[in-house]
Amino acid sequence: MTFNLAVSPDFKPDRISGWYIFNTWLQNQLNEKIHLELHNGFDDQLTAIKEKKVDIIYANPFDISRLVREEGFIPVAKPYAKPDEAIVVTKVDGEINSIQDLPVTATIAQTEARDVNNIGMILVEPADITHDTVQFVDCDNYIMVAKTLLNGGADAGFMLTEAFNELSGLVAKQLKPLVSSQIHLIHHALLLGPELAHHHDALAASLLDMSNNEKGKKILDDLGISHWESMGQEEAEFMVDLMDTLAPKD
Amino acid sequence: MKDMQKDDIVGDYEEQIQNFYDGSSRKILVTQEETEFPAGCLIVSRTDVDGIITHANESFVTMSGYSREEIIGQPQSILRHPDMPAAAFVDMWETLQAGKKWYGYVKNLRKNGGYYWVYATAIPNIRNGVVEGYSSVRREPSKQKVEEHAKLYQEMLNQSNQSA
Repeated sequence: MTFNLAVSPDFKPDRISGWYIFNTWLQNQLNEKIHLELHNGFDDQLTAIKEKKVDIIYANPFDISRLVREEGFIPVAKPYAKPDEAIVVTKVDGEINSIQDLPVTATIAQTEARDVNNIGMILVEPADITHDTVQFVDCDNYIMVAKTLLNGGADAGFMLTEAFNELSGLVAKQLKPLVSSQIHLIHHALLLGPELAHHHDALAASLLDMSNNEKGKKILDDLGISHWESMGQEEAEFMVDLMDTLAPKD
Repeated sequence: MKDMQKDDIVGDYEEQIQNFYDGSSRKILVTQEETEFPAGCLIVSRTDVDGIITHANESFVTMSGYSREEIIGQPQSILRHPDMPAAAFVDMWETLQAGKKWYGYVKNLRKNGGYYWVYATAIPNIRNGVVEGYSSVRREPSKQKVEEHAKLYQEMLNQSNQSA
């Protein structure tokens, strides 16, 4: 039987080869056949999750909620010191200099990353911007968010802070951060599905030991992760609760 | 809960006695000093089912003015400002005990007698079908909403005082 590894679609394109190499490492650790399935977007991945076509996943905080509470996935590990934070940016030479300068009916460029978008909406709440007043421009990726802002297609944009920090200097200097979140408690995590749950302890031990050898360290470098930290069920549940408080009001 | 101490207070203060739902009371010292909510931060805390604080993040500690050691083990009501009507907290507990999420604008009391406004969301922490405690996340509120709620809460307090 072949299992499927999925990776939250918000990683940088130059990390793709790193995830293929990680998958090879994973197969050796678990002695199982695992196929790396890179989905085109968050919606595609969500469909695959619902159809139970995902067995291991490096998930973003929004999807962790569903995976833990509804699909029976269990947390194994999280990347060290890599919290998911969101940033609200605008054009550097525009008239908006603070969140309060944004109109209530602001146009916001965003990607499909629901965790970033939920945090972004919280960051603009002090300007009385709500889902009822805002207009969204949906973009395929953070580069497109930046381009939309530079073309005057939106007043502000929501980005993963890490993605903003990794923009090329040419693009970054044309953008101005308005506010960034400092939550520190929300992060991606590697989760195992019910079919592979029996590998939990062995996989957790292997992941935690990964940075202690040259081969493992090289794989982690290619993923932009210094090392893994263990993540227990209660920590995941707490993060799910936290995400719940950040979700738009019903 | 211990009375507030004069040595902790910054600026002119007014002394009041705060009465709680469980029949206990506490002397509080209140100033008009507002602390702005730090942009981008979230204040996060957890309590047990009795409302005793079991976890507080750095933003909670900073904004409350208490040390972590002072705040852990205290009732959440240590932050209750006298400008908040009791009805707001009754609504919160009824909503949480019904297993639902609660939202509200809250004026909190700091250790130094000052205050800060938050937009709070509280949810029950349900594990294996059992409520094990509550999580509360507070974020920066809109100034317009704060003004609206300050007025509303004052009206509620006035009505409550008239009927007492």
